[in-house]
Amino acid sequence: MKLTLPRTLAEKIIARAAGLNQVSPGDIVTCRVDLAMIHDSGGPRRVAPILKRLGASVWDADKVVLVSDHYVPGDDDNAKSILQLTRDWAHANAIKNFHDMKGICHVVLPEQGHLKPGMFVVGGDSHSPTGGAFGCFMFGIGATDMAGVLVTGETWLKVPASILINLSGKLDKGLSAKDINLALCQKLGMGGGKYQVIEFVGSGIETMNIEERMTLCNMTAELGAMTGIIAPDKVTTKYLESVGVRIDDDGDWQSDADAVYSEQHDLDLSTLVPQVAAPHSPANAGPVEAHLNTPLDRAYIGACTGAKLGDLQMAATILKGRKSASNIRLMVAPASVKILADAKADGTFDILVAAGAEFLESGCGICAGYIGALLGENEVCISSTARNFQGRMGASSSEVYLASPYTVAASAIRGRVTDPREFLERAAHD
Amino acid sequence: MTNGQKTFSGRAWIFGDGVNTDVLAPGRYMAAPVEELASHCLEALDPSFAANLQPGDLIIAGEDFGVGSSREQAAEVLKLLGVGAVIAKSFGGIFFRNAYNLGLLAIVCKQTSEIKTGDKVHVAPEAGEISVPDRNILLTSEPVPDFLLEMANQGGLVAQLETRLSGNRES
Ligand code: SF4
Repeated sequence: MKLTLPRTLAEKIIARAAGLNQVSPGDIVTCRVDLAMIHDSGGPRRVAPILKRLGASVWDADKVVLVSDHYVPGDDDNAKSILQLTRDWAHANAIKNFHDMKGICHVVLPEQGHLKPGMFVVGGDSHSPTGGAFGCFMFGIGATDMAGVLVTGETWLKVPASILINLSGKLDKGLSAKDINLALCQKLGMGGGKYQVIEFVGSGIETMNIEERMTLCNMTAELGAMTGIIAPDKVTTKYLESVGVRIDDDGDWQSDADAVYSEQHDLDLSTLVPQVAAPHSPANAGPVEAHLNTPLDRAYIGACTGAKLGDLQMAATILKGRKSASNIRLMVAPASVKILADAKADGTFDILVAAGAEFLESGCGICAGYIGALLGENEVCISSTARNFQGRMGASSSEVYLASPYTVAASAIRGRVTDPREFLERAAHD
Repeated sequence: MTNGQKTFSGRAWIFGDGVNTDVLAPGRYMAAPVEELASHCLEALDPSFAANLQPGDLIIAGEDFGVGSSREQAAEVLKLLGVGAVIAKSFGGIFFRNAYNLGLLAIVCKQTSEIKTGDKVHVAPEAGEISVPDRNILLTSEPVPDFLLEMANQGGLVAQLETRLSGNRES
């Protein structure tokens, strides 16, 4: 009888990983992990001492993916030694899936074909919900939790309820998934996700490519959700095929029609305007209008959230044949080495360079605030990243405005916060 | 020493909503030893915090405490500085797990606005009671699941795994 109860996609994946027919929100269950993703910051340097203390080894080296991204390019001694420690650990533990300075974990993971629908994945990073774009249940955990996973292959969770977000309509030109995320942050707040699952559905999703879906799921972290998820469809399958992943199970990775959600929110995408989140919270978002002409020192197109190929192409649409303002430092850090190569191949790179962009290594860079060209005292930056917490990207006195790649690019041209649609209209009239 | 089974008291430090991981454990000190990182804990909000915190002091905060990154140093530095417990209206989900994994109590209480800087706060996690006896204030906190309290009592997840693994080896 139990099998016939309607279930959400997340509940199906959790139940399967827990070896149960049925789970309900609130149940505390232990799940077998299909894949564990760790990076140079929260990974080896934090978990190795714990494994040592426990006298334990990795439960299954083939189910671990290790990515060095946070301390890339390692241009100081601390960073260098962290990157080296990461390499040494990968070697000592026979981690085959080690992607050393190839890009940001959340982007490298799918690019390397590690994800497919129905998987139960833990990531040692808060933007792990990005994996939800591939129909995975993937959530972020800290290093001690991860050490527990690496030793036992399991983790506990309190089964989360799911919140349904129904996106209808179509985005206007010059808008992107990032604008949806920021609008949701404004509407629901950083606690609005209640550590539940946010499942995106609706005709708005059908028209969205895989990268835009990744952005959408990525920033469920800023909504305080445990994770985000989108049921796989043709777009997903097509992408997975392109990276050599075949869907070889007959899992039913769709929510049942009458599944129960804790909340539902509807958003008509055709009503959205470009969004900007003012310092120091993604929830300080609103129409770009409110911040027009705010003077800027830097414009950053980077991060797992905002430097995928499509994000770079959005920036190029605006910057083509134009130049960034002379007082602006426009920085682009493609989310992966592959994306950089693709951007070179399709001309995006040349357009951005001609516009005055300075290309930085593919890694977390200043988004993490760990290393690189951090923001100085009182510097103001507009950024395609996910978080603008006080001091995150540098000095405590620096300020970060979050926006889409379109808006960041348009603002770079003016040196002030700018509505990207101005440039699109002009392009149409040129 | 904080003990989830027992009651304890501490002096209150008050913070507002959205105290995030990046102000708890600022990125630019993340590569440094955790003791150094701890000395910068919350400096963006209160430069005197790390230097003036007394062991056993309590952090009292608003919504979404620990929201943001998965970096567990955000909880570790509080533990290292001697924070007795964090009592907030709500917590970032990853921070909440990290705190218990490291043996730091994170207690949900919707009425933290009643507490003022310097109040001597009495905490009874099992009973779900938070009080300020000097001002006759009695608040309720959400019950902490037994297995989390037990984990905090045992000193966190690693200590618990240690017991479990040594049990396996002996048997
Ligand atoms: S790019 Fe930024 S948001 Fe993405 S994983 Fe790196 S630090 Fe986190």
